[in-house]
Amino acid sequence: MLVPIKVRVLALCLAAMVFVSMSLATDITGAGATFVYPVLSKWAADYAAKTGDKINYQSIGSGGGIAQIKAATVDFGASDKPLKPEELSAAGLAQFPVVIGGVVPVVHVPGIEAGKMKLTGTLIADIFLGKITKWNDSTIVSLNPDLKLPDKLITVVHRSDGSGTTFNWSNYLSKVSDEWKTKVGEGTSINWPTGVGGKGNEGVSAYVNQLEYSFGYVELAYAIQNKMAYCQVKNSAGNFIMPSLESFQKAAASADWTKEPDFYQIITNAPGADSWPIAASTFVLMYKTPKNAASTKAALAFFKYALENGQDQAKTLQYVSLPSSLVKEIEDYWTKQIH
Amino acid sequence: MANSLLMQRRITNAAARVLATLAAMIGIFWLIWILWTTFSKGLPVLKWGLFTQLTPPPGSDGGLLNAFVGSILMSGLAVLIGTPIGIGAGTYLAEYARHTKLGETIRFVNDILLSAPSIVMGLFVYTITVRQVGHFSGYAGAIALAFIVLPVVVRTTDEMLQLVPSTMREASLALGVPQHKVIRQVLFRASMSGILTGVLLALARITGETAPLLFTALNNPYWSTNMNQPMANVPVVIFQYAMSPYEYWHALAWAGAFVMTMLVLMLGIISRIILLRNRRHDAQ
Amino acid sequence: MLDVKTAVMDPLVRLDRRDRRADKFFRLAVQSCAIFVLIALLGAALSMLIGGREAFSTFGWKFLWSKDWDPVQKQFGALIPIYGTLVTSLLAMIFAVPISFGIAIFLTEIAPRWMRLPIASAIDLLAGIPSIIYGMWGLFIFAPFMGAHVDPWLNSHWGSLPVIGALFRGPNMGLGMLTAGVVLAVMVIPFIAAVMREVFSTVPSPLKESAYALGSTTWEVVWNVVLPYTRSAVTGGIFLGLGRALGETMAVTFVLGNTHRLAASLLEPGNSIAATIANEFTEADSSLYLSSLIALGFLLFVVTFIVLTIARLMLRRMARLEGN
Repeated sequence: MLVPIKVRVLALCLAAMVFVSMSLATDITGAGATFVYPVLSKWAADYAAKTGDKINYQSIGSGGGIAQIKAATVDFGASDKPLKPEELSAAGLAQFPVVIGGVVPVVHVPGIEAGKMKLTGTLIADIFLGKITKWNDSTIVSLNPDLKLPDKLITVVHRSDGSGTTFNWSNYLSKVSDEWKTKVGEGTSINWPTGVGGKGNEGVSAYVNQLEYSFGYVELAYAIQNKMAYCQVKNSAGNFIMPSLESFQKAAASADWTKEPDFYQIITNAPGADSWPIAASTFVLMYKTPKNAASTKAALAFFKYALENGQDQAKTLQYVSLPSSLVKEIEDYWTKQIH
Repeated sequence: MANSLLMQRRITNAAARVLATLAAMIGIFWLIWILWTTFSKGLPVLKWGLFTQLTPPPGSDGGLLNAFVGSILMSGLAVLIGTPIGIGAGTYLAEYARHTKLGETIRFVNDILLSAPSIVMGLFVYTITVRQVGHFSGYAGAIALAFIVLPVVVRTTDEMLQLVPSTMREASLALGVPQHKVIRQVLFRASMSGILTGVLLALARITGETAPLLFTALNNPYWSTNMNQPMANVPVVIFQYAMSPYEYWHALAWAGAFVMTMLVLMLGIISRIILLRNRRHDAQ
Repeated sequence: MLDVKTAVMDPLVRLDRRDRRADKFFRLAVQSCAIFVLIALLGAALSMLIGGREAFSTFGWKFLWSKDWDPVQKQFGALIPIYGTLVTSLLAMIFAVPISFGIAIFLTEIAPRWMRLPIASAIDLLAGIPSIIYGMWGLFIFAPFMGAHVDPWLNSHWGSLPVIGALFRGPNMGLGMLTAGVVLAVMVIPFIAAVMREVFSTVPSPLKESAYALGSTTWEVVWNVVLPYTRSAVTGGIFLGLGRALGETMAVTFVLGNTHRLAASLLEPGNSIAATIANEFTEADSSLYLSSLIALGFLLFVVTFIVLTIARLMLRRMARLEGN
């Protein structure tokens, strides 16, 4: 009785082994930021249908992506936070942006709809610092005289997990608020002065949707999919901007991508009259002289396809593709840096 | 006087019976609540395509075929690796080292291993496999899962073997049966149901574990049965889809959970029926 | 004195020798399996100790009671995650053990025979639900329920009591220690109940029948005969559940609120070791950060070690009091 079961299981295993020998291998593996996962998987699926090359990208977080490419267990990594040129040259890595998105503040106050509330950077910083605690605080009221703001406490919702979204959000707040810069600073994971932490953009969306009088930040796609009340934010030019693909695009276009080597740019608080102040870019990391040259070449072919032809798919998923001038610069960078 | 004592005992008994029944109802209640949620939220995609199509990119239709296959392969391998070692270790503890220092130490160590967060085991296996060979693989995933199966099987085997009355042991030994045969043909047979429970519990646990697979098997959006490459699996897919903003992906996540749960249920029922039938057969 | 030739030829002696060799081989085989378990744990614990070295050497003992958790300033402390882990696991056990016990009694003594397999399978099913589903269900379905109905009730009825009232005063968010404890309880019930049920059914019928024959009620049989007989295995089942509760990641992180702050109330959010590691590991961008997270993992081993030792000592004392 014991033996038959074991034999049955063994037989199943042998069948599985036979299966294994008839399989196909995945060509390229990449890992990193969660933010780009949807658009990279869409591009990869289209690319596989067209050319048969399979690009396998998995979202394990920006930090994970950096760690894995440094350990050379993947062919490329993706990070929301760009690595400094010194760090890149020390590790022998090349870096380039691949897509643009933006972080938007979202609120849950009964009666306030999407796009109605106006905020400034310093105001957001003060709320997240815990200095402004009630919705009917004079600063908020003076910016929004025509909104009915209740006498209730603000529940701040932030990210519990480390994330590039948090990095860009805290980087923006550090740029517009000295107090935030000294007290908290920027990072993928920070010491939040107040609030509860949701896991992932999805977790923050869920908390904000559930908790009345809450205030959080998510990527635009989540705000739209979950029908949340996003807000207008005043940019560095002094205009209140509505979050949208257009305002993200303006922010990306206004950045000077050639200023630093390896495209090291954090485009928060971008200049420009119509720029969204909390736009963000995701970067791909690859070895300059890779161990497996064929894989890197195949990966670059994929990115060439994605950057040149992937604009429409990116748009349907609420991402902004890079302007063609930037694409050209990136392709030049590949020829020069990656062999 | 005697009457009031009897009354007291009767009341305690009735109360206990009611509470026990209530407890069972509570357990069932939670189950129905959660299962209903997974079923109703996964309903939009609970059609044939779920089992025949691959994991889709956002915006397209698809299913979870590669994830199911990957999970079955890795869980199967994990059970294949972990169960024999676990039963072996449990047997040693119960039959050869029941009251020795070494036995007590190993038991203790095993209990600690039981509570290790799965992410820690995943990182440990990552260090000894993925870092060494330079890429993620289904084998690494299976090994990580095997480390989760192992302590569960050890503990239950140990306990179940200890529960077999010593009369059975003594009787067989008195007949001159060598110890290894006593264990294999008498004791295992007597505690088979319990050991199987342990294996099933371990299997149930690993079907839902995400963290250990994240750093070992990674995941794979394409069809692949090559265990030496990243392998698709249901828990990581559920995790990624659940954390996305797309309704279709959410539905796939719930549906995937529902199917895996049903699979574990069927495995449990089938193995119990087989056991029951064998037991009845033996009794005849 | 046996003639050598006869001895070698004698089938009984040959059989005896073969059996002894097989016995030795079998013993060696199972012993290596057991040693493997030892090595596995030592390997995992060692790799975490090595990984956490930097954190331990930087912070020293302060790491254990520091409430800091600042990745930017690189100040880390383990107090809040340890506290959250202990509280949520304790809550989970308080809920899960009695309910599992009740389920096991129901399935072995009370339920009619035809009901046993279906209900047992149903309870086992709870074990097969992926932990992330518990998290999602907890976040989207259960937490709102707690926040709307249970939390306000606790606040108004028990929040004003002296001393223990502090446990029940708090925001009606639906997230927090209590919700996480309940979700964990639901997760571990099937494990504990399955083991309890299995061992209860191994109690020899003569034992139970003699008790019944003497006029014992069902409850008395369970409490005075079944439970003492299976005490060790029952504790094993409870440890199985406790182990799951201490190390559970996904379900907890969705409903615990993930706040690095210490609060007395069960209604407040908190953080646990496993949730912290899972949340922050992939994004840890400094070696000290990474090391602190791995150090937390090591500390979970230590916490488990301490909890299990205490449990074992308690068990030994109970056995001694009973005259064993």
